[in-house]
Amino acid sequence: MTQNPYLWLIPTLPLAGAAINGFLGRRSSKTAVTTIALAFPGLAFVLALWIAFGFSSSAAPYVFDLAHWIRSGDFSVDFAFYLDQLSLVMLLVVTGVGFLIHVYSVGYMSEDPSFYRFFTYLNLFMFFMLTLILANNYLLMFIGWEGVGLASYLLIGFWFQKDSAASAGKKAFIVNRIGDFGFLIGLFLIIQHFGSLNFTEVFSKVEPLQAETSGAGLLTAIGILLMVGACGKSAQIPLYVWLPDAMEGPTPVSALIHAATMVTAGVYMVARSHVIFERAPIALTVVAIIGTLTALFAATIGITQTDIKKVLAYSTVSQLGYMFMACGVGAFSAGIFHLMTHAFFKGLLFLGAGSVIHAVGGEQDMRKMGGLKTYIPTTFATMLIATAAIAGIPPLAGFWSKDEILWKAFESNPVYWVIGAITAFITSFYMFRLLFMTFWGDYKGIQVDDHGHAHATHGEHGHGEPHESPMVMLVPLMVLGLLSLVGGLVGIHNGFEHFLEPVFGGEFPKAITEGHSNTEWLLMGISVLFSLAGLFVAYILYVSKPYLPQKIAASLGAFYEAVLNKYYVDEIYAKLFVKPLVDGSTAILWQGVDRKVIDDTVNNAADGAKHVSDEVRHMQSGNLRSYAGWIAAGAAVVIAYMVYLGVAR
Amino acid sequence: MLSVHLILFLAFGVVAVAGAVNLLVQRHPINSALSLIAVMAALAGEYLLLGAEFVAAVQVIVYAGAIMVLFVFVIMLLNAGVEEQTKGSRVALLFGIPGMLIGSLLVGWVVLRHSGTEAVAAGAMPGPPKAIGDQLFHEFLLPFEITSILILIAIMGAVVLASKPPVPGGGPAKKVND
Amino acid sequence: MVPLSYYLVLSGILFACGVTGFLIKRNIITIFMSIELMLNGVNLSFVAFAAHWHVLAGQIFVFFVMVVAAAEAAVGLAIIIAVYRTRETLNVDQVNLLKL
Repeated sequence: MTQNPYLWLIPTLPLAGAAINGFLGRRSSKTAVTTIALAFPGLAFVLALWIAFGFSSSAAPYVFDLAHWIRSGDFSVDFAFYLDQLSLVMLLVVTGVGFLIHVYSVGYMSEDPSFYRFFTYLNLFMFFMLTLILANNYLLMFIGWEGVGLASYLLIGFWFQKDSAASAGKKAFIVNRIGDFGFLIGLFLIIQHFGSLNFTEVFSKVEPLQAETSGAGLLTAIGILLMVGACGKSAQIPLYVWLPDAMEGPTPVSALIHAATMVTAGVYMVARSHVIFERAPIALTVVAIIGTLTALFAATIGITQTDIKKVLAYSTVSQLGYMFMACGVGAFSAGIFHLMTHAFFKGLLFLGAGSVIHAVGGEQDMRKMGGLKTYIPTTFATMLIATAAIAGIPPLAGFWSKDEILWKAFESNPVYWVIGAITAFITSFYMFRLLFMTFWGDYKGIQVDDHGHAHATHGEHGHGEPHESPMVMLVPLMVLGLLSLVGGLVGIHNGFEHFLEPVFGGEFPKAITEGHSNTEWLLMGISVLFSLAGLFVAYILYVSKPYLPQKIAASLGAFYEAVLNKYYVDEIYAKLFVKPLVDGSTAILWQGVDRKVIDDTVNNAADGAKHVSDEVRHMQSGNLRSYAGWIAAGAAVVIAYMVYLGVAR
Repeated sequence: MLSVHLILFLAFGVVAVAGAVNLLVQRHPINSALSLIAVMAALAGEYLLLGAEFVAAVQVIVYAGAIMVLFVFVIMLLNAGVEEQTKGSRVALLFGIPGMLIGSLLVGWVVLRHSGTEAVAAGAMPGPPKAIGDQLFHEFLLPFEITSILILIAIMGAVVLASKPPVPGGGPAKKVND
Repeated sequence: MVPLSYYLVLSGILFACGVTGFLIKRNIITIFMSIELMLNGVNLSFVAFAAHWHVLAGQIFVFFVMVVAAAEAAVGLAIIIAVYRTRETLNVDQVNLLKL
């Protein structure tokens, strides 16, 4: 391991930015806030680039010990950072895409009164995310984990005066917490059996262990518990319900946190713990099944949604399912590859959606959009690239990564491939649906003088026609568009996989097949076919014959209603978990424990003291003779005691 | 067995106890005061029997002669009448009397058990009053001086406490100078 | 020859009478006199012990007890006079302003 003394600067630069903006931002000018907000993450990105250029694959991973933290007997945890190929990929993605989104936000949030607060939170998020990625032990990673959850809560509820935003923030945090519970128990098990939380130490202790092929064991338990944590953070079944609600936050937040970076923390964590998972096949299967099911489930919901951001939210859940599917079949580098390309095109999609929303003055309902390709051509172009990327049309980025996953899934179990392919078709369909509804046809929006539609507290300008966004918002779109175009090319000849081999290699190397077998070409062709089919169906339904969707929906009746209402999952959760919990808390914890036990104990103690003193005060009678009586009685007691002492001798 | 010493002791003792009981029984304080004087006189006799002439003399002069006279003066001054029979405190009777009884019985029991039959000879006290004076001004000089200050303070306190409250308008009425 | 214990018993009887008087009497002055009775009882036991052990210190202590009793009587009676002036009564049961 080589020392790299600059590692710690990368997380702390955004932290400094957050602190400066947080304390001084309220009274600073917008320019000052912007400069600080952009300078520090920008510096962090430059530093990451510099480290990347100097990174040598043959060199051992970089570490940097910042400070001692916990020393408890044999157990020790430090503030230390660790950079290997995996963290380097994540680092570049987070700092790069993060910086671009910061730039975009300058334009998007320019009219918001809490401008400085937004960037404080955003920088704070960057700090925690970078800590998560660069941590060299599970505990520091958990700090980053919790911290990004906190930043997510703050940013989702950024417009906290709105009830729905505040509730959404709460929901996100609470559901995350449920996942964290599983994560923590997994960590406890690791401490108990391996005596450390340091990655290198734990993994070196796990490596000699036998794979648990014959049944569930310790590693399976740890794996499943870690996966529970990942389900919470990365919005998989059954803990995905917070992500669609999280769209209450400003669009840059959705782009950065709920598409490109935070939700991928779960994938990163599973990939980082691959040593454990590889030796627990049952846990891996669980991961794969959850990922696959989530991918399909969320995609079906995405078909029916009318809010542009909600479609993208369900799409994110679905794509995350793909990443977990990849990890679940052991193709960790494929999962990370998809993570990277997803950051590009999903980030672009969200930013583009934000640009669209900005253009139509705050409207988010796609049924009120349409025909925008003439009004906002640049946004349209970039969103077209992104949609094609996510649909998996070659040679854009999404094609390479998704195909990699599908191929590895097929190698493991064809069922995964079937579901994945169907999901790819559905993905392509709903994404092109989004594109056609938004940009084709006639503009159905309300033009002059209409403000205050449903969601946006985002600058309604009261102008007539939809207008293009300013350059500060368009440049990040273009950069991301470029990345979505060419970003996948690193996957050619398994280049990406080779790069990550030192991390994911080891005892269970998936033989990196050079060249492609015939089956692989066949499958590749089928998946491209599915993507084009989705495009085609969407075109028919939303451009050529726009009356069809209504008829299809009507004929499907109740099933359509169920999908439209997200399979009523939120309502089921509310009935099954939330209501009993709230009722139980009110009845037992509040009325019972807080009122009856705690309050009453205090009150009764006071009352008791009062009653006792009420009785005792009768001694103070003011009557001389009673005092004399007490004195005589007391003297008798003392004499008796002394006689007893004397006689007992 | 029945020496003169013992007879005299018993005589004085009976007088003392009778006086004490009479103090309790009488309802008018003046009668109680006179009984107390009788008790003190009897005790002076006891002291003489023990050979403590100085103490006996002081007892009669100071105690019976000054303190009790003071009591009698105050009774006359305040025109104390027959004692009223008010219900006072139950505690005094409920706890006090039994407490007192228990205490004194215990002490009595200890005394009778442990002090054998060694007798105190009549006039057993060592030395004449001159010896008392010697000790008083040598070993016990400090307590002596302190008690003299104590008396001084007591005098001042008594004068202040018992004086008539000041007339409103300040001072005794002044005669107008003609 | 009178045994020491006889003196002590006599002293104890006098003391007990004093305590009883303190407890059952209602006139302040009579209570005060009971206190004097208690002091006298104690004086007797001091002198008896002094004679028993042939020590002079007992007598001297009696001397001091008497001095203190005199001072106390003076001040106490002054207080009684003051109380009588304000409360117009010598009944100790009626001097109970300190009642809670």
